[in-house]
Amino acid sequence: MLKKIIFQFLALSLIFTYSAQSAESGGMPQLNPEFWISQIFWLVLTFGLLFIILSKFILPKISNNLETRKSQILENIETADKQREETEKKVKEFDKIINDTKVEAKNYFNSERQKVLDDINNKRLSLEKDIEKEIIKAEEEIDQLKKTSQEKVTKIAIETSSDLVKQLIGEDINKSSLSAIVEDLSKKEMEKHNGI
Amino acid sequence: MAANPMYQFNVYRIGPEIKINNIDISFTNASLFMVISSLAILIIFNLGTKRSIIPNKIQLLAELSYSFISKMISDTAGSKAKPYFSFIFSLFMFVLFCNMFGMIPYSFTVTSHIIVTFVLAAFIFIGVTIIGFIKHGLGYLKLFVPSGVPMVLLPLIVVIEIISYLSRPISLSVRLFANMMAGHTMMKVFGGFVVSLGIVGGWLPLGFSVALTGLEILVAFLQAYVFAILTCIYLNDALNLHH
Repeated sequence: MLKKIIFQFLALSLIFTYSAQSAESGGMPQLNPEFWISQIFWLVLTFGLLFIILSKFILPKISNNLETRKSQILENIETADKQREETEKKVKEFDKIINDTKVEAKNYFNSERQKVLDDINNKRLSLEKDIEKEIIKAEEEIDQLKKTSQEKVTKIAIETSSDLVKQLIGEDINKSSLSAIVEDLSKKEMEKHNGI
Repeated sequence: MAANPMYQFNVYRIGPEIKINNIDISFTNASLFMVISSLAILIIFNLGTKRSIIPNKIQLLAELSYSFISKMISDTAGSKAKPYFSFIFSLFMFVLFCNMFGMIPYSFTVTSHIIVTFVLAAFIFIGVTIIGFIKHGLGYLKLFVPSGVPMVLLPLIVVIEIISYLSRPISLSVRLFANMMAGHTMMKVFGGFVVSLGIVGGWLPLGFSVALTGLEILVAFLQAYVFAILTCIYLNDALNLHH
């Protein structure tokens, strides 16, 4: 089978080679001037039309397109730059506002705290003053009481002692001598009490 | 007949014979591919003119080729060459599309004909010379007298410069024509080998043919680029007289 195919191809190729060798050998068809004028005519016609249509209608459009694209891109870049600057400004403003509010809040807080502290202080001071006053009053009272109490005690002592003496003896004793004795005793007692 | 590698370059009439004053300007397969290339360029670039900020694929293609050629011109010929942008753009695209359409099997390569490339090159040569004389007057002839050359050598140098200047259209046209013709002939020859060696020995030339197709696509682009950039260089000579 394969042999048959190979044989057929070899035969066919022989026929082709033969026909190629027997073909008319006219040299280069390019040098045959039969259609030179026709070729020149059609070349001038087609190339001329091509040139005219390209230069009048198509190329200006392409260059126009390129130019508009370039200018549009530049414009877009410009607007993008502008918008970026604007956003930067806005961001700065925003930051500033936030900072301001923060400072304000801090100040407000501080002032309020100060107020409260002041208030507390004032109240405490006034309370302290009141307390001091009370203390002074109380001390004065105590002092007075101390003074009066001694006198009273001596008086009471004198009276009781006189009453005692009266009940014991049945007669009045000179009050002044009695008081002298009581005072003397109480002084001694006080000295003893005070550790002198 | 189809195995003849030069057969693909044959020009034949399509449709009726058109004659004006006994001059044959019939529509041929070459004319057909010129029309196809031009229409393809116009359609692609017209689709690429949509006004949208984010381009789609065809628009991106159109705009990339616009900036590619614009950069090529400003790099080689400076800012003075801006008015000639659309001509060089059309030239590059025409040559590129003719080369590329020639890569489709059984199609016709317009630029593989010396007469087509020569007409383009001659037009460029004459146009550049006229621009040079308009911009610089007779001072354009200073192009043939390079500065800093010893007086003894000057006559020789001037002759060489003039010959090199006059051979510009020939070198420009023959470069494109020969590249296209040689590449397509070679592909055809390897294709013929594939057929004649058959399924046994045909794999090697088939591989070559595939590789050559890639190479030819590269050459198709490269030759269009070279054609356009040489035009820019000639234009640069005419616009900015440096010598």
